[in-house]
Amino acid sequence: MYHTLLFLHLLAALALVATVVIFSAFAFGAHRDARLLAVANVLWAIGGLGTIGFGIWLALYLDNYEIYDGWIIAAIVLWAIGSELGRRAQAGFTPVATGGEGGGETALPGEAALMHWLRSLAVLALLVVMIYKPGA
Amino acid sequence: MMAAAAISPTRPDSWDFPLLLHVLGAMLLVSTLILAAAALLFAWRAGSAALVRLGFRALLFGVLPSWILMRAAAEWIASREGLMDSNLSWISIGFTTADTGIVVILIATVLAGLAARRSGRAEGSGAGFGRGSAVLVSLLLITYLVTVWAMATKPV
Repeated sequence: MYHTLLFLHLLAALALVATVVIFSAFAFGAHRDARLLAVANVLWAIGGLGTIGFGIWLALYLDNYEIYDGWIIAAIVLWAIGSELGRRAQAGFTPVATGGEGGGETALPGEAALMHWLRSLAVLALLVVMIYKPGA
Repeated sequence: MMAAAAISPTRPDSWDFPLLLHVLGAMLLVSTLILAAAALLFAWRAGSAALVRLGFRALLFGVLPSWILMRAAAEWIASREGLMDSNLSWISIGFTTADTGIVVILIATVLAGLAARRSGRAEGSGAGFGRGSAVLVSLLLITYLVTVWAMATKPV
């Protein structure tokens, strides 16, 4: 059970990082294809729900940890911050990504890019907290 | 890909940094493969030169550096854990898929580079190279997801 939960938690975390990678490509000036944006948005939704859901399940399942441990609360706060930043980044990126081949060449709003990079930092911080588990 | 240890209940502090690098490298590797696969597959039917270029750049500037980080950190964490000469199947799966994977990555990158070069000259040209790269990248992505499963569940 533990290993299955861990695998699903890792898979969800991979989905989050994949979203960050796709949006980073857009932010670096890659072709903003609407289908790629849709893939990124679906991965963000799956990753967001999966990391928090399976993460809390793991914390409840394992005797070593409690849901109110400092590093778990820090991770939940980072997840919430990352989710809101991700929502703002997606809202900013969506109007400039257009369907099919030719679209998506308009300038990227600076605020959307900023939200994306801040979201990327939040995801990186989450990974650091998961591995170092400060206070555990 | 010893990602399972990332949230393992007990682990010496000295393992944290190499493990962080290994997990980060593995996550970036799979994520950049997803980007490359999506771009090359979307370009498959449409023949979009921009998407082929994106797939190529994702392989060259994303997948290759991520593989190096993941593999170097794997060596580091395995030596810390004393698993270098281990016969455990999950360790074997990790090293085997990583080491054969780099060959596939290099071939896929060359194919995508050729496709990007030709599609720059004429839209739709070089589609065969792009499709070949898309197939290789997709197969590698599936292989690495199985590897993540092996690292997490640690079959004996």
